[in-house]
Amino acid sequence: MRTTVAALIRKDLRLELRSFESVPAMLMFSVSTFVLFHFGLDRGALDGDLAAGVLWVTLLLAAVLGMNRLFVAEQEQGGFDGFLMAPVDRTALFVAKALVLFGYLAAVELVAVPAFVVLLLAPGAGQALPELLAVLVLADAGIAVVGTLIGALGVQTRARDLIVPLIALPLLVPVVIAAAEASAPLFAVAGADPFPGRWLLVLALYDAVFGLLAYAVFDYLLEE
Amino acid sequence: MATATAGDSLPAVALDGVGRAYGERVALREVSFTLARGATVAVFGANGAGKTTLLRILAGLLRPHAGSARVLGAELPREAYRARGRIGLLGHDPMLYRDLTVRENLRFHGRLHGVDETRAETLVAQVGLAARADDPVRTLSRGMTQRAAICRAVLHAPELLLLDEPLANLDPGGAAAVAPLIGRAAGPARVLISHAAEQGLAEADDVLGLREGRVALWAPAAQVGLSDVRGLYA
Repeated sequence: MRTTVAALIRKDLRLELRSFESVPAMLMFSVSTFVLFHFGLDRGALDGDLAAGVLWVTLLLAAVLGMNRLFVAEQEQGGFDGFLMAPVDRTALFVAKALVLFGYLAAVELVAVPAFVVLLLAPGAGQALPELLAVLVLADAGIAVVGTLIGALGVQTRARDLIVPLIALPLLVPVVIAAAEASAPLFAVAGADPFPGRWLLVLALYDAVFGLLAYAVFDYLLEE
Repeated sequence: MATATAGDSLPAVALDGVGRAYGERVALREVSFTLARGATVAVFGANGAGKTTLLRILAGLLRPHAGSARVLGAELPREAYRARGRIGLLGHDPMLYRDLTVRENLRFHGRLHGVDETRAETLVAQVGLAARADDPVRTLSRGMTQRAAICRAVLHAPELLLLDEPLANLDPGGAAAVAPLIGRAAGPARVLISHAAEQGLAEADDVLGLREGRVALWAPAAQVGLSDVRGLYA
């Protein structure tokens, strides 16, 4: 399965590098949203709960753009048929796509999080980078798993752009709550508050539950 | 690459009363026929007769809603996994990523099928695409895209070839170049959809005519005349 996953990831990254359809759109959306919040809130400096909420809602909505495009090449260019006729484990497609979406989110966050710090975060807040990285990794994993599942479901419908956010956003509410709760103390102005590790556990549990669920049902989503 | 299995003595295709509907619309009704290993059946029928649905059922991409379908000894859809990697499909869609080059597409499909990269190189040279192998598929003409799609369909040396108008968009030189790969001499059993009656009859051992999803003609090709085929389109 490792060879198949590697081949699928390599193919997806090549397609993205040639078409620039997902990551630039996700990035532009994130930065534009931060600019809108900057002016819309009429505050150049957010901290605590508000800063965490703005960051995670923005990243989640940007992720929806990536979910929408995740399976488009497979659907429009015969990739599904080619894959389904090959003697490979179908779960490889789920694993590869989830890793690709995770990679897209990480690439977006490399630019979007510093942009968030510059545009919105209060001076002195956001000092605990390792903890924030842990939150980002666990939240991205959850978004990638659920996003891949919903992306595969949505691409087979005519109303993909509508279906994906309608299903994905409610399913990802726990991720936003846990990620925002875990990040809020890190964005406190008077130095980082004690890090609520239990929210990391919630994220890890969410990732494990939805990872197993996706593993179990993904095969059926590929059926006609 | 395709490997020998216990079902090798069975026919390449054995359909018995196969039916398929899309919602209320019935696309195939009670289609039955048998195709021996290495033999070719030409499928004729007007647009909407059910030819593409038949091909996708045989490819394991659509479930039959009625009847029994066996492909390369595997009962569909229950044992579809046994036929995977042993069927080559050349449909209307080339099944190639437009932003990847021909070589990248073939290497990708080769990895899915566990095929050595040299096989792709050989095929590309054979169909006269070597000079364009590093061009993105979206920059190729239709004929060249069809040649690349043929390479993709036969990359894993399938035991059953499902061909939907395989010579569409090919010039005479292109048709001659792909003949050793998908023609009668290529070896695998073939289900060949064609609208070119003369050509289809010359290529086939048996003829299947479909009209509104039903079998309207089933006979050895030698006993079928051009008028019989044309009658399917009337």
